Amino acid sequence: MNLKSLFRPSTMAVVGVSTSQDSHPANVIYNKNHLRYPVKTFPVNPKGGSLNREKLYSSVEDIPEDIDMAVIAVRAQFVPKVVEACIKKGVGGAVIISGGFSESGNLQLQQQVVDIAKEADFPFVGPNCLGIYAPDYVDTFFLPGERMIHPDKGNIGFVSQSGGVLVDQMVKFAGQGIGISLAVSIGNKAHIRETDMLTWFEQDIETKVIAFYIEGFERREGREFIKKAEQCSKPVVVFKAGKSKKGIEAVSSHTASLAGDYRVFSEIMKQHCVAEADNEYELTSFCEALSCFPGGINNGNVGIISLSGGHGVVAADAGELYGLSIPQIEKQTMDTIKEKLSPGIKDIVSLVNPLDLTGSSVDSDIVATARHLARDKNIDCIMALLIPYSPGVSADIGAKLSQVARNEGKPMIAYVPNEDKYKIIIEGFELNNIPVASSVEGAVLMAKALKRCRPC
Amino acid sequence: MLNKNVKEIIEKSKSLGWILEPDAKAIMKFQGFEIPDYILTHSIKDADTFFKKSNSPVVAKAVSKKILHKTEHQAVVTGIASSNRLNSEMERLKKLDGCENILVEQMVQGLEVIIGAKNDFQFGPVIVFGIGGTSVEIYNDTAIRMAPLKSSDVHSMIDSLKAKDLITGYRGGQGVNMERLTHLLVNFSNLIMELENEVESVDLNPVICTKDQCIIADARIILQRP
Repeated sequence: MNLKSLFRPSTMAVVGVSTSQDSHPANVIYNKNHLRYPVKTFPVNPKGGSLNREKLYSSVEDIPEDIDMAVIAVRAQFVPKVVEACIKKGVGGAVIISGGFSESGNLQLQQQVVDIAKEADFPFVGPNCLGIYAPDYVDTFFLPGERMIHPDKGNIGFVSQSGGVLVDQMVKFAGQGIGISLAVSIGNKAHIRETDMLTWFEQDIETKVIAFYIEGFERREGREFIKKAEQCSKPVVVFKAGKSKKGIEAVSSHTASLAGDYRVFSEIMKQHCVAEADNEYELTSFCEALSCFPGGINNGNVGIISLSGGHGVVAADAGELYGLSIPQIEKQTMDTIKEKLSPGIKDIVSLVNPLDLTGSSVDSDIVATARHLARDKNIDCIMALLIPYSPGVSADIGAKLSQVARNEGKPMIAYVPNEDKYKIIIEGFELNNIPVASSVEGAVLMAKALKRCRPC
Repeated sequence: MLNKNVKEIIEKSKSLGWILEPDAKAIMKFQGFEIPDYILTHSIKDADTFFKKSNSPVVAKAVSKKILHKTEHQAVVTGIASSNRLNSEMERLKKLDGCENILVEQMVQGLEVIIGAKNDFQFGPVIVFGIGGTSVEIYNDTAIRMAPLKSSDVHSMIDSLKAKDLITGYRGGQGVNMERLTHLLVNFSNLIMELENEVESVDLNPVICTKDQCIIADARIILQRP
């Protein structure tokens, strides 16, 4: 299945624009792409004529240029005909926004569309979906641009069965400064499904982490998906909905009752090194951490640097809850760190992991501690809990610590409160590829994501 | 390749929808898995001879097409240590609904684990392993993996159990024979892959594990509905 013209189109037809209703989904899609994206966009409506002083084509086939992708937003019963016209025209693929298919019981109509498309090797997303958001290329979401919160262009590929969850997750990504390479709402996933998206993202050089919101798979589809995910060279993150036990019909064996649908899903993800996020916050943390350190960490041995004893204890507690270990560090590491510290704090710090450098420490203390902690063989990830209101901490601390992490070759995760005031510190980390959490727990979740099991 | 006898057992059990314990155990034995010494009989005399020869307590179970869950029907008696008790329990079991035969077998002692399989709608055959016995659903200390299993999967399953120390050895106890347990789980998962089109779910519960062996003390195989 060639998805390039679908996800990276140069030309696009929007079929089903209204001549009378500006807020029609097709009109929203046409307007935003026509006005704000590089993709050359053509409106289509059988009535022909003009729309906002532009030519309105009465059929896809009348467009005088080659068309990479069509957005189809006509009533369900007309979709087969439009798909046939697209195939005839040689369009490279479609996003079918229209609802009224399997989700409302019209399985036969959906199957008819699938049969037509498969016969012609014509890929489509949907139906009953928002479609594609590809920053700098195209946006088929029928949500007015001014109402959306757009994450920047980045390296997370995100696939969602639900359009609503997708848009909501985009808000969370944007809030955490996480960028997206491509987000696809696959709706009824009648043709393009999760496993196809995995194949696309695997070869897409702009994507580093692949995330999914999954409600369920078809018969045996989970097996195909997990086999592909296991072979994938990029980290795969999933967020599963539909976890509650539905009324299980008369269970005939212990095993059947123990192995409910969700437990099976969750355990199999773990078995194959797919990171399962428990909720949307974890999903956000996981994506950010794995996009910075796709290789993860081996044992989950975290060295914690805090400027207040309390933060260290809170992080250690959360770490234990999430299966991380906060190991003892070498005596030699402690001695070296102590030697490098400013004379004023040497006698008041605690150098037992989690390390407490106190509110009297300055940049050079934090940097030296991070450097030597990173060199300790018991530690495979550094967590820097920074309270930027501490007087000795400068605005450069983010950039300085990032440099340490890079030089020492050990993953680092930072916590800085997400306030405008501290933006310069946050960017000092993030622009240098160090993930920043906005809470201590968020930082621990990032470490948890890095510890996802690794292929044996 | 599936043994011819295994295929025969499955064929003849299809109308019932599940495989009776003696037949299910026979399938396990054909795979080279260990089951307790047993006798399948109506005769109290033959059962008594078996008991005396085995020189240890025995278990007696009713074999009935009408009893899928034996415990709920009081169709299992463990720890029979005298001829009198064997006699009276056999008389009682024979009167249970649909009882065709009595399975009398040697009682083995050790750690009770469950090894199960389920043909999952989304993922196909999966294997369940954990602490077994009749309270398995209450403790629910189990791990699930997609079949077929590698030996590294077996280790990670054990490692994820709360009761892993019971398996690896606890307070000077020796733990179970890991080589046998791994062999059993891996080969059981291979069998399940071969039976994918026939089987809905399997309970080997309990499997009795000791430092020397892993013996399947009870087996239940539910077939797919046609």
